[in-house]
Amino acid sequence: MTPDLPSSVQLVWLVAALPLLGFLVNGVLSFVRPLATRTVSAVGAGVLVAAFLVAAWVVSGVVRGHAEGPYVLTFWSWMPVGDLAVDVAFQVDPLSAVMLLVVTGIGALIHVFSIGYMRADPSYARYFAYLNLFVFFMLVLILGASFPVMFVGWEGVGLCSYLLIGFWFEEKANADAGKKAFIMNRIGDAGFLVAMFLIFQATGSLTFVDVFAAAPGVFEVGGPTIELITLALFLGCAGKSAQIPLYTWLPDAMAGPTPVSALIHAATMVTAGVYLVARANVLFALAPIASLVVATVGAVTALFAATIALKQWDIKKILAYSTVSQLGYMFLGVGVGAWASGIFHLVTHAFFKALLFLGAGSVIHAVHHAYHATHRHEDAQDLRNMGGLARHMPWTATLMWVATLAIAGVPPFAGFFSKDEILARAFALGHEAWVFYPLWGAGVVAALLTAFYMTRLMLYTFHGPNRTGEEERDHLHEAPWIMTGPLVVLGVGSVVTGLLNLPHVLPGAGWLEHWLEPVTAAGMLSGPEFHLGARTEWLLLLGATAIAAAGIGGAWRFLRPETLRPAREATPEAGWQRVLARKYYVDEIYDAVLVRPLVWFSERVLWKVADTFLIDGLGVNGAARVTRFTGWLGTRLQTGRAGTYVGVFVVGALVLLRVLTR
Amino acid sequence: MLLGPALAVSAMLFSIGVGGVLLRRNAIVIFMSVELMLNAVNLTFVALAQQLGPQGQVIVFFVMAVAAAEAAVGLAIMLAIYRHRETLDIDEFSLLRG
Repeated sequence: MTPDLPSSVQLVWLVAALPLLGFLVNGVLSFVRPLATRTVSAVGAGVLVAAFLVAAWVVSGVVRGHAEGPYVLTFWSWMPVGDLAVDVAFQVDPLSAVMLLVVTGIGALIHVFSIGYMRADPSYARYFAYLNLFVFFMLVLILGASFPVMFVGWEGVGLCSYLLIGFWFEEKANADAGKKAFIMNRIGDAGFLVAMFLIFQATGSLTFVDVFAAAPGVFEVGGPTIELITLALFLGCAGKSAQIPLYTWLPDAMAGPTPVSALIHAATMVTAGVYLVARANVLFALAPIASLVVATVGAVTALFAATIALKQWDIKKILAYSTVSQLGYMFLGVGVGAWASGIFHLVTHAFFKALLFLGAGSVIHAVHHAYHATHRHEDAQDLRNMGGLARHMPWTATLMWVATLAIAGVPPFAGFFSKDEILARAFALGHEAWVFYPLWGAGVVAALLTAFYMTRLMLYTFHGPNRTGEEERDHLHEAPWIMTGPLVVLGVGSVVTGLLNLPHVLPGAGWLEHWLEPVTAAGMLSGPEFHLGARTEWLLLLGATAIAAAGIGGAWRFLRPETLRPAREATPEAGWQRVLARKYYVDEIYDAVLVRPLVWFSERVLWKVADTFLIDGLGVNGAARVTRFTGWLGTRLQTGRAGTYVGVFVVGALVLLRVLTR
Repeated sequence: MLLGPALAVSAMLFSIGVGGVLLRRNAIVIFMSVELMLNAVNLTFVALAQQLGPQGQVIVFFVMAVAAAEAAVGLAIMLAIYRHRETLDIDEFSLLRG
C-alpha cells in the first residue's frame, strides 16, 4: 500500500519537532529570562523558518516521488487495545503537502512580524512559546495519519487558541473570550468524537488509509450511518471553523494579539474544518444529505457574516466576520464536492487574510502608539478614529489594497479565481438539483457584500480626513521593516497564488486540482460530476468581475469618509443598521435561550436540589444520621451494670448451647 | 470413680456459681462465684479425663494457672476501686452505661 519513502519525506518529523523545540526553549525562557527578547526572537522565528525550509524539502520529495498512495510514516504504537490499533503516524500526501507549506510558510512570516509587533510586551517569551506550540499542534493536525492523531492536533490548536486569545488575561473580557472559544469548540469536538466512534464501529479502523479504502464497501450511498458520521464530523468542523451556529466565538477571539488573529483565526486553525472535510472526501461523497448540509451552512454563513461585517466599526471585527464569511465559501466548495476548489480558496485566503490582519495590526500599532505618545485613551481599533492613514503609512496601505482587491475578487488577484471556481461549481450543480441555485445566489450576493465592506474598511482607514486627533497625527508612522517585510511577501502571494488553479477556459488551468487528484479522486468517483461549457464559464467569470466592481464602486460612490465623527462623538446607529451593528443580537439570543436557562437549571436544580438536598442532605448527612441512630439503639444495651451483662451472657450461652447441641 | 455423680456435683457447683454472679452485689462474692464456676468446669474436665485420656487434666492445669493470674489482677482492681469509692457494691458502678 505505502510506496517507498524518499529520504526527504522521512524528514517530515523534523518539521513538527522544530516548533516543539521552540516551544520548550521559549517556555523555559519565559520563566527564567522573560526579557531575553533577542534569544526568544531568534528561537521563536528561527524554528519556523527552519521548519518551512524542511517542509519545502519534504514537499519536493513528494513532487519527485509521483506516488499513487500517501506516504505513511509510523513512529510508535500509541493505543493497541483489543481490535483498536492506533499508531503515532504521519501521512504525507498532496493535500497535507499543500497544508504543510501554507502553515509553515505563513506561520514563519507571522512569527517574523510578531517580533516587531510584540516587541514591548512584558510576556514576550510566553507569546512565542504559545505560538510555537500552536504551529506544532497544527502540523500534527494536518500530518496525522489517523483520526485520533489528527484529533490530538485538533485539541492542541484549540488549547493554544484559548491561551493566545486570553493572552492579555489581566482584562476579564479577554479571558472570557478565550473561554468562549474553548467552550464552543468543545461542542463541536463532541461531534468529532461521536464520528470517530461510529467510524470505528463501522469499519474497525481509524487510520485514514484503511477507513477510506473500506468506506465504499461498508457504507451504502446516503445510508443513515454514513450520513450521521459525516454530520457529526461537520459539527466538529462548524465549531473549529466558526460556521453557523457555532461561529460567535471567532469575532470575540479578536481579543488576542493581532498576529495571533492572522495566524490562528484567519490563515490556519480555522481552516482545519475545511481540511477535515477535504481529507474525508470519500465519506462526504457517500453522504449526499450531509454534503448538502455542509454546502447550505457554508453559503448561509458566507452571506450572514458578510452582512454583519457591513456595519462593524472595529477593524479586527470586520476582518473576523470576513473570515467567517470566507470560511463559508470554502465549505460551500467542499460541500458541492469541489474539494480542490475549497482547498484552493483556503490557500489564497490564507495569504490575503493574513495580509489583511497583519496590515490591520500595523495600523493598530501605529494608532496605538500615537495615542500612547499623547497619553489619550481612545480605541486604537475603531475605524472612526482612523482615516487618511495612507499618507502616513504608504506601504501598509498599498499592500492592504492588494489584499482587498484579492478578497473582493478582482482579476487577476488570487481571490478572484478561487472564489469564482467555488461559485462555478455550485452553479454547475444547479443542473442536477435546483437547490444549488439559491446557494450559488447566496454566494454571489456575499461576494458583492465582501467587495463593499472591504472597500468601506479601506476607505475609512486610509482615505479621507484623519480623525485620530490633532496632536496624535504627528506620531503616526509606518511600522518597522520587520513588520512590513512579511507584508510584502504576503502581498506577492495574494497576487500570484491565483495561478495555482486557473479556470478551465484559460491555458495552464487546474494545476492544484490535478495535484490534489490522488487525494480527491476517490471522492470524485462517487461524487457528483461537473459540466460547464466554455461559454457559461466565461459568463460566470465576467459576472464575478462585474460584481466585484459593483461592490467596490458602490462603496466608493456611496460612502463619505468626510462625514464620519471620531468614535467618542459618534451617534449610535438606528433601525436596521443597529441590528447589523449589534450582529443580529445572536450573542444576546444565545445568552437568553441557552446560557441563562443552563445557569438557572444548574443553580436551582443541580445545586439546590441535586447537590444540597439529595447528595448532601440524603446521601452524606443521611448516612451519618442512620449510623448515629443505630448506634444509639446499640447503646441502650450498655447499662454499665455487670449484673445485666452477666445475665445476658448466661441467657446467650444457654441459647447457644441449646442450638448447638440439638 | 463414677462419672455421673461427679458431673452432677460439677453441674451443681456451676449453677451455684452462676446464681452467685447474678444475684450477689458484693464484688468479692461475685469473684468467688466465678472461681466456683471455674472449679466446676475443672471437675468436669478431670472426671471426663478418666475415660478420654489425659488432655483434660492438662487443660485443668492451664485453667488453674489462668485463674490464679485472674485472681491476682481482679483482687488488685477491687482494692483500687475500694480505695477510690469506699464500697464494693457492684450496682454503684455503671460508668460504662451507653
